[in-house]
Amino acid sequence: MEQMRKERIDRGLKVRTEGLYAISSYREILYLMGPRLLLIVGVLALPFIFELAPYWKRVINIMFVYALLALSFDFLANYVGLVCLGGAFLTGVGGYFSAIYNVYLGFPFYLAIPCATISGAVLCTLCLLPCLPLRGVYFAIVTLMYPLLFTRIIEALDIFGGTNGITGVDGFPNQYVEHYIIILVVIGFLFGMRRFVNQDIGLVLRGVKDNDQSVKASGIDITRMKVLAVFVASLIGCFGGAYMAHLYMWAGISLFALDFSIIPIASVVIGGGGTLVGAVIGSFILVPLSEILRAFGTFRIVIYCVILTGFIVFKSEGLMIYMQRKYHQFERWVKV
Amino acid sequence: MQLLVYGIINSITLSLISLGFALVYSISRVPNFAHGALYILSGYLVWIFLNKFAGFPYPLAIIAAIGLTAVVGALIYRFILIRIRGMEISEIIATYAIGLAILEGLRWGGLRGGTFTLPTFVGGSINFLDVSVDYQRLIIVGVGILTFILLYIFTRFTKIGLALRGIAQDERAAMMLGINSDMTAIVSLAIGSALAGFAAVLLLPLGNIVVEAGYNVLIFAIAVCVIGGLGSWGGTIIASFIIGFAQLLTEAFISTHYQMVVALLAIIITLLVKPSGIFGKQKELEERV
Repeated sequence: MEQMRKERIDRGLKVRTEGLYAISSYREILYLMGPRLLLIVGVLALPFIFELAPYWKRVINIMFVYALLALSFDFLANYVGLVCLGGAFLTGVGGYFSAIYNVYLGFPFYLAIPCATISGAVLCTLCLLPCLPLRGVYFAIVTLMYPLLFTRIIEALDIFGGTNGITGVDGFPNQYVEHYIIILVVIGFLFGMRRFVNQDIGLVLRGVKDNDQSVKASGIDITRMKVLAVFVASLIGCFGGAYMAHLYMWAGISLFALDFSIIPIASVVIGGGGTLVGAVIGSFILVPLSEILRAFGTFRIVIYCVILTGFIVFKSEGLMIYMQRKYHQFERWVKV
Repeated sequence: MQLLVYGIINSITLSLISLGFALVYSISRVPNFAHGALYILSGYLVWIFLNKFAGFPYPLAIIAAIGLTAVVGALIYRFILIRIRGMEISEIIATYAIGLAILEGLRWGGLRGGTFTLPTFVGGSINFLDVSVDYQRLIIVGVGILTFILLYIFTRFTKIGLALRGIAQDERAAMMLGINSDMTAIVSLAIGSALAGFAAVLLLPLGNIVVEAGYNVLIFAIAVCVIGGLGSWGGTIIASFIIGFAQLLTEAFISTHYQMVVALLAIIITLLVKPSGIFGKQKELEERV
């Protein structure tokens, strides 16, 4: 019997655009720029597309917040090897900081959000510091506990408004500011992170994930690298939280909700781990889906978990890697 | 005196909760984040047997529920974890997702509010060293200690138990002696789940079956295991005594809300001072980078 196998070959276009010939013709330039421009323009146009559907315009904002969280999870899990099961910790800390700056100290929102992002990231990094010199599941365990812990502390001490949360946080002056702050930040972080992980430091971080002993043997302090990575990831997550506090004009315990932990993980797994863009695209799929399923209540979480487990087990590469393969390569059957 | 008696009871409760997690982790190296979910699932199954099937005897319901939980644990390994074995990130995410799916699925399926209770085995209470203790708690202590002894015997003197320990100590050497690694992992997950179910059956009559308890159980189980040293059973028991008494002391002198703070503080101190835990079998060099 004749046996066939599938062969994958890079497209000529792809090979050419990797080198100097990238700018030889409009076709090559378009091949390189096309997907990126499509994403950027599409994302920027989203508020106008949904101009007539105010409800869905709210959803867009939330979607981008989840995209940020997914980005932070993807970076930590696939470039540093730390699995963060508590995305809610980052949003909660960021949100509370921003609300405190705004309500108690009277900062305007354009000052409160950056300050909250940075101080939130510092606090998160400090909280996670004890488990960073260690390998294994400790990071996942500790991040799993923090959101629950902070909820309990806020409830027990009745600080920051207790169970009612901090009310009276300033909103954004108008809708377009509201949309474009988060959209521009997502685009900025997305392309910024892509740069970041492709530089020397990104290589070192991947080394920490794959073989920490060799990194150590090169005279690089692993713990310092991990602290840096966690700080960057916390910056992204805390910005999402701070933005949300101003979006809802309220910061409460629900900023520590489970959704902020599980949806980003599911987005990354669906979108394709390690691509960064995949994380964003995954949340573009999951968050609208979750809005459609709003009537099901907590059953939504079950659905994410089932999708998540299904993708991990049967299609672990995720959508983005699949699409990249189709874009860059062609397949054909050949005789063995 | 009251503190001492209830401290012991609390500690045994904690070690019952965490034994399953410790066992699974030490044998198959899978951090079973679905542990709390299996705990609640088992309690809920007993409730279903008792309330939906009229005339179902209580002991039979318990055995059936524990058996079913063990099967669920084995199925989780056989159909999901087996495919992602060794990929740490995927293992954590998958078990966490399964646990969430079970817990939130139960919540959606109607497990809300305080209407879900199990009857105690024996009602009433006695005065023990001037402290009033109800029989259920005495049973927990007795059965708990019995479980430790049985587990000890099982892992030292039966063939399956020895195989489990072999895989836990050195997987490759054990495989060379003809021990099937996947089979032992399935057995370990089944036993771990059964232990979670067993703990649920013993402990849930003292309170309501609520979904939130699943998260708490998971967190306390993990806390105990980290402090005792992941993968060490002796350490787990010692650590559960430490946390058990620490919890009672905070409850008595500060406030109930701080129980989880105590657990987390204990974890952080352990990670800072001695990451391999009190009785950590793992070499510290391997854990620390």
